[in-house]
Amino acid sequence: MRCDLAVIGAGPAGLAAATRAAEAGLAVELFDEQPAPGGQIYRAVESVPAARRALLGPDYAAGAELAAAFRASGAGYRPGALVWNVDSTLDIDFSQGGRSRQCRARALVVATGALERPTPLPGWTLPGVTTAGALQILLKAHGCVPSEGAILAGSGPLLLLLADQLTRAGAPPRAVVETVPRGRLLEAARHLPAALGAPGYLAKGLRMIRALRRAGVPLHRHATDLVIEGREQAEALSFTAGGRRHRIESGLVALHQGVVPNQQVTRLLRCAHRWSDSQRCFLPVLDPWFESSVEKVFVAGDGAGIGGAASAALRGRLAALGVLRRFGALDGAALEQEAGGLRRRLVRDGAVRPLLEALYAPSAQVLAPADETLVCRCEEVTAGQIRQAVRLGCPGPNQAKSFLRCGMGPCQGRMCGLAVTEIIAAERGEVPQTVDYYRIRPPLKPLPLIELASFEAAEDQPGDAPPDAPPDDRDAA
Amino acid sequence: MLTRLEDESEGAETGRQAPAQVIRFTFDGRPLTGRHGDSLAAALLASGVLRFRVSPVSGAPRGPFCLMGVCFECLVEIDGVGNLQACMVPLEEGMAVRTQGGGVRVVAGAAGTSEAS
Amino acid sequence: MGPLARADVVVVGGGIHGCSAALHCALRGLSVAVVEKNTVARHASGVNAGGVRRLGRHPAEIPISDFSMKLWRRIEALVDDDCGFQSAAQVKVAESEAELETLAERAALVRGLGFGHEELLDRRQLRDLLPAVADHCVGGLASLDDGFAVPYRATFAFQRKAQTLGVRFFEETRVRSLARDGRTWRLETDRGTLEAEAVVNCAGAWGNLVAESLGEPAPVEAIAPMMLVTAPLPAFCKAVVGATGRPLSFKQMPNGTVVIGGGRRGVADPETDRSDLRFAELRLTARTAAEVFPIMAGASIVRGWAGIEGRMPDDIPVIGPSTRAERVFHAFGFSAHGFQLGPGVGSIMAELVATGVTQAPIAPFSIGRFKATE
Repeated sequence: MRCDLAVIGAGPAGLAAATRAAEAGLAVELFDEQPAPGGQIYRAVESVPAARRALLGPDYAAGAELAAAFRASGAGYRPGALVWNVDSTLDIDFSQGGRSRQCRARALVVATGALERPTPLPGWTLPGVTTAGALQILLKAHGCVPSEGAILAGSGPLLLLLADQLTRAGAPPRAVVETVPRGRLLEAARHLPAALGAPGYLAKGLRMIRALRRAGVPLHRHATDLVIEGREQAEALSFTAGGRRHRIESGLVALHQGVVPNQQVTRLLRCAHRWSDSQRCFLPVLDPWFESSVEKVFVAGDGAGIGGAASAALRGRLAALGVLRRFGALDGAALEQEAGGLRRRLVRDGAVRPLLEALYAPSAQVLAPADETLVCRCEEVTAGQIRQAVRLGCPGPNQAKSFLRCGMGPCQGRMCGLAVTEIIAAERGEVPQTVDYYRIRPPLKPLPLIELASFEAAEDQPGDAPPDAPPDDRDAA
Repeated sequence: MLTRLEDESEGAETGRQAPAQVIRFTFDGRPLTGRHGDSLAAALLASGVLRFRVSPVSGAPRGPFCLMGVCFECLVEIDGVGNLQACMVPLEEGMAVRTQGGGVRVVAGAAGTSEAS
Repeated sequence: MGPLARADVVVVGGGIHGCSAALHCALRGLSVAVVEKNTVARHASGVNAGGVRRLGRHPAEIPISDFSMKLWRRIEALVDDDCGFQSAAQVKVAESEAELETLAERAALVRGLGFGHEELLDRRQLRDLLPAVADHCVGGLASLDDGFAVPYRATFAFQRKAQTLGVRFFEETRVRSLARDGRTWRLETDRGTLEAEAVVNCAGAWGNLVAESLGEPAPVEAIAPMMLVTAPLPAFCKAVVGATGRPLSFKQMPNGTVVIGGGRRGVADPETDRSDLRFAELRLTARTAAEVFPIMAGASIVRGWAGIEGRMPDDIPVIGPSTRAERVFHAFGFSAHGFQLGPGVGSIMAELVATGVTQAPIAPFSIGRFKATE
């Protein structure tokens, strides 16, 4: 099985990249784990009933056009496909329908998006504690809402958006507990002039807060020392705000501290990453065409840095142009004109980002969890154990992993990686760039042994004629 | 714990009133129902099930956290096969789902092996 | 500017052999510096299968393996950490009568050398030890009192114990050259000069770099043995298992996960420290595991990995004094079975450094066996 361009991820970036590349005549294969296009942000966008779509807002509905354009583009689409390995020659090892096969690609766009920042808090592993994104998926993809009022706790645009969507769906949260520290808005305000150039984000945020107030949803601000209480499952959230301790009961607590790039594929491929102080996470090092430090591996969407859905689609198109340029299939004035237009729109869409990043920086409590707090959920390793390993001499996350088993569970560090890096950096007095991150090894998700036993490598596949090569198959400078 | 939105039914867009297709399955032997299009995790949550497994390390109860295939907390056993992410599996008629076991169980007939946690 | 450090001994390489040699030299009262181009246990010592095995060794290795085993049994007293060491049977399974025959010959050979640790097993005895083994397995060879440990943890424990005795570790420090100046060895590194009276070369897959700079050929091949680990399974196997006719090393850990190795090779690049997996090869490992233990058909693989190991053409290590340079000693090239030898070989190296001689039968491992070819 071969293609010119493999795209991993059917969110806005992946859809846009695959569409643009296919429209230019490349043989494209889009791999995605979900059964339908949209990724997380546009999840279920093709099948959502009209009433629910209206509730979710106009930004969500924009995903339908992306999905439709992709369907019409002629790109190959492999839904329900889990890419579990990509090797250094860009052979894509994937599992679909219980079978594992290999697809040879000449270039790759990694569009695996973002995941929620780890939020280690006391009690966060109790049943009934979810991410804010999880409640949003229940709403978007299944039309399910909390029946008795969930507590939304943390910070970030998604928290307010979710509170607003749940309220409009008739299931207002029991409370919104925001962890943005007092005085943060003033600090962030220096970014305001640039932010006001962006399309109405701030206005939207204020509208949502007013709507919540009208619906009687309690909004607690500047909360600290969050503790999720419960024995067998979540029962309440207690926190300090306004100078006193609060306790609010609920069996559903949704946490959020922003989203961060999903690094699994870029780390697997050994792309260079750099620590971003403003986003407080690792970003792949990318050139202006979104090509990484590994030849012909491009990263588009939130995986390139958190920018939201509209930016993701723009980056996806730019990455496709980067691929075409690499293949020598597009150059000169036409390329520069199309790319220039996209870049200008990206700048405009990104204008609000510095404000959001400053305002919604993760809370001190999740960046420096108390010693008894579980950090690695899979292997039940606490923050204190990690600190102790560092004091014994573990210099980094990989040694801590070998010593404590943190990061060795099935989630392969997705839930704990950033938190472990932060804890080790703080304990060693080093910056996260130096401490770096877990080494990521395949399979990217657990693979049944018998499926590996019958894995069809590319060399086994008969009659594998390569598609016609694009007109001028040389690497562009 | 969760309710379904009132105006939900397939065909709402066209105005036809068609009931959403009900799917029957079991969880630890209990009969439950979900809807066509549900992930197994959504169907379990909508049925009030919060605890899907116990941690193999400590036996602590665990349930879904992210619902997008990243956290691996929603692991269940479906029709005898374990370690499946319920949030990534579409609900199907007749599925027999079980709580994912806790510590390392002893295989019957493995003489001489010791009990583990 | 003064040197980075001066010591009685500089050990090149921070794997199990380097850390063990350093510790044992320190126990003899010598001052030691260890220079490691990455971090301790970064390579083979941090990623191997952790087998603590006497079973099936090359006859030349058996005496030193036996000696090292005695140290493993007291490992907590030696390094203040149990290293995750568990006593366990190591078993080689025969999948055919012909394979069982070769195992019988092996058992006789080992007894003939005066060692009693390897016993032949018939069908019933094999199943007493391995109730879950496949039907077609006809018997095996077992060393009942072997074991396994946790490689990173063990190496790290040797490092920490050595540090409590004053051993200094220079990690992320690469030796560029070494030269003798009178009675002092000078090792130029990218962070300064190390000076010592003696040098121990424990540089693993990079051991040839030190050796060649002394004019001693040592054809080390960098290989990348691959490993797989599964999600926890119900407890079904207490022994460490190998096959006879095909690569397999198979061990169920106390937490139920199964670690599968055996030596199928990925791609090693010692220049960049990269080791890549080859799943076309690993599928053979998966098949072997499921064929020898049918219960593995229900396993799911959570992770695969590889690391860089040094292999000698004859699959036995280089151990002993340099044949070209005074006060230089080698211990590298352990060919994917050096972990168990770590404690014992470190003791032997310290004896060599401190006294110039050892009673241990290390002649077969001399670097002199690789003559320079014109």
